[in-house]
Amino acid sequence: MTDITDSAAQPERRETGRSILEADARTKKRNRAETRFKAYGIAALGVGGLFLIALLWAILSNGLTAFTQTYVQLDVPLIEEKLDKDGDRDPAKIAKVSTFGYNPLIEQALVELVEREGLETELEPKALTKMLSGAAAADIRDRVLANPELIGQTVSFEVLASSRVDGYLKGRVSRESLARDKNLDAEHLDLIDALQQTGAVEKRFNWAFITGADASDSRPEQAGIGVAMLGSLFMMLVVLVLSLPIGVAASIYLEEFAPQNRLTDLIEVNISNLAAVPSIVFGILGLAVFIQFMHLPQSAPLVGGLVLTLMTLPTIIISTRAALKAVPPSIRDAALGVGASKMQSVMHHVLPLAMPGILTGTILGLAQALGETAPLLLIGMVGYIATNYPDGVAEGFLAPNSAMPAQIYEWAKRADPAFYERAWGGIIVLLVFLLAMNLLAILLRRRFERRW
Amino acid sequence: MSFVKMTASTAAILAATAGAAAAQGRDNVQVAGSSTVLPYASIVAEAFGENFDFPTPVVESGGSSAGLARFCEGVGENTIDIANASRAIREGEIEACAANGVNEIIEVRIGYDGIVFASDIDGETFAFTPADWYQALAAELPVDGEMVANPNTSWAEVNADLPDQEILAFIPGTKHGTREVFEEKVLLAGCEETGAMQAMMDAGMDEDAAEEACIDTRTDGVSVDIDGDYTETLARIEANPNGIGVFGLSFYENNTDSLQVATMSGVEPSTETIASGDYPVSRPLYFYIKKAHLGVIPGLQEFAEFFVADEIAGPDGPLSAYGLVADPELAATQEAVANGTTMDAM
Repeated sequence: MTDITDSAAQPERRETGRSILEADARTKKRNRAETRFKAYGIAALGVGGLFLIALLWAILSNGLTAFTQTYVQLDVPLIEEKLDKDGDRDPAKIAKVSTFGYNPLIEQALVELVEREGLETELEPKALTKMLSGAAAADIRDRVLANPELIGQTVSFEVLASSRVDGYLKGRVSRESLARDKNLDAEHLDLIDALQQTGAVEKRFNWAFITGADASDSRPEQAGIGVAMLGSLFMMLVVLVLSLPIGVAASIYLEEFAPQNRLTDLIEVNISNLAAVPSIVFGILGLAVFIQFMHLPQSAPLVGGLVLTLMTLPTIIISTRAALKAVPPSIRDAALGVGASKMQSVMHHVLPLAMPGILTGTILGLAQALGETAPLLLIGMVGYIATNYPDGVAEGFLAPNSAMPAQIYEWAKRADPAFYERAWGGIIVLLVFLLAMNLLAILLRRRFERRW
Repeated sequence: MSFVKMTASTAAILAATAGAAAAQGRDNVQVAGSSTVLPYASIVAEAFGENFDFPTPVVESGGSSAGLARFCEGVGENTIDIANASRAIREGEIEACAANGVNEIIEVRIGYDGIVFASDIDGETFAFTPADWYQALAAELPVDGEMVANPNTSWAEVNADLPDQEILAFIPGTKHGTREVFEEKVLLAGCEETGAMQAMMDAGMDEDAAEEACIDTRTDGVSVDIDGDYTETLARIEANPNGIGVFGLSFYENNTDSLQVATMSGVEPSTETIASGDYPVSRPLYFYIKKAHLGVIPGLQEFAEFFVADEIAGPDGPLSAYGLVADPELAATQEAVANGTTMDAM
């Protein structure tokens, strides 16, 4: 304010006799506007918070059940005549008995279990097996093949209950909802209730969900996200190993060495635009270049990693350039002043100081790539794929595999409602990973970042 | 900086392994195609991985047409070995295959799948005939020799025996093999049943044009094409309980707690009524094998034979338990697969 307005205002105020401690109408209006604005802000925050709570609630209430699973304790008689007719325990001959050959044994074990517990049921022995997962026969066969000496004994196994039984114990399936379901009947549920009392049927923490492989559409109870997690891990390794050096080299050149001309301007504009290109575009590019032209294997994490590298590079270049820019010019000038070459000043002084910012940007870029599904659709990583653990590191990059978000998408598409629960459970696992990566980024920034 | 050196050398190793992979060859069977066949193929692939020393085959979805298009891309390790389809391969697709060097194709029919019409479990119960669907969904209906835009808005207007509920249908989009069956066995059948087709031909249309007009669905929002999977159709019905959706039998059987099925011409769909032919809307499911890959891709021959084996695709097998209607002529299919009989030879 100038003196003139001051002296002009003061006599006026004296005339009306107003005190500066007393707010006039216009001040009140401005104060009210401010209060309203603050209220809008708080309301906006509240809406955001509500969305977050609704989201977390939906995820946790739908997904937490995936982390428990129902098992049945079963004493299976491994009858010699059925599994090893010649009795010479030749692994090749035992392997000839397929999983279908084990079904009668499981049936018998179930009948014995029901009898031993003193229960009565009108169900046929064959109908009893509806309570168990199809995975049971495969589990038992694997154990027998690994240890042929078990044949002839009665061995106790813990086998998966079917998805309907599991759903019943989790409250998803009720007697009414089974009325028209041919996969399980209400009588089965009576048996399950009784067996749960005796401890033969038990709900436990589901490690197999975190470590396991995908299962077919008829066995949601067996499906796990472990193999897809490895697929994501190998993809992230490819992304890290390729995008970090390429991104940092490109940024250092652009920021420290490149002349300012039309060409570098054009490159800068393009990098900024690439960061905003939808990821599906990179997927189709990957399909055309890596698979159809370079003949890399389909569904391989290597190709997925290459595609995600393309997607992540612009993000990393932009954040790296920002980190390099944040290093004050005085550092460079001082280095050059004591006789360092341009490269020495960059490598010995600027880059180490920019490193925390670069790493933070890289981790955030990786987190974004980890959650990406769209480009993976086009290079064949969605489907019934994540079924085998990779055999070593090379296989890990090249053998067909899925990734966590692709696996979640696949589960959400499947018919059995039990897969829906798995999809939400998968989201929890994915969110834990993203949270951990973001925490790491924050820690790095807090710990190493320097301010001038 | 050692860090830079380390990453550079890792990148070099990566590039080397990638090169090695291209030369080393593929040891797993790759399958793609119809999302209707996908559950069955995944069940077989899982059992195959458990019982054989070969790795579990990879099964991708994407629809019959997309699968066959990939199948016909050519011969070689970076093309798929098997295409799943919920319809027979078309003449044009065989030509496209041949143009890319895929001359010998083995057609395998694995069984039949029912197409069911289901609505929200708490809603009205429906008993349809193909004629009802034609009159509800056709874009134009012939009235006194003239084609007029379909005026029906309620199922009761179509057929007085049906509940008075607004017409809203979620039908499979054109990329699905199911669409073709829906058009042929429901819309076209209804068109003929009501005499509309005859009326159109009497009005001077030739037969092809009349058929086109029969399967042309209305675009005023009453008939909604679903390009996604059945889970999307289910979600639409949950959001809009007046809707009626088209599903595969196995999908319905997995979701009997939220859906009720409608009868068609008085018959309730089940594996039995479809096998006996009483339920009218069903279609064969196929997969197609590239013969040039037999003996090159390890496990392909074994997988194909295992797929149609009695213990898998037979009436007591796991596919039947999941909702597939077993093929009565399975023995002939088994023989054709064992001999590698191609389509031309049949």
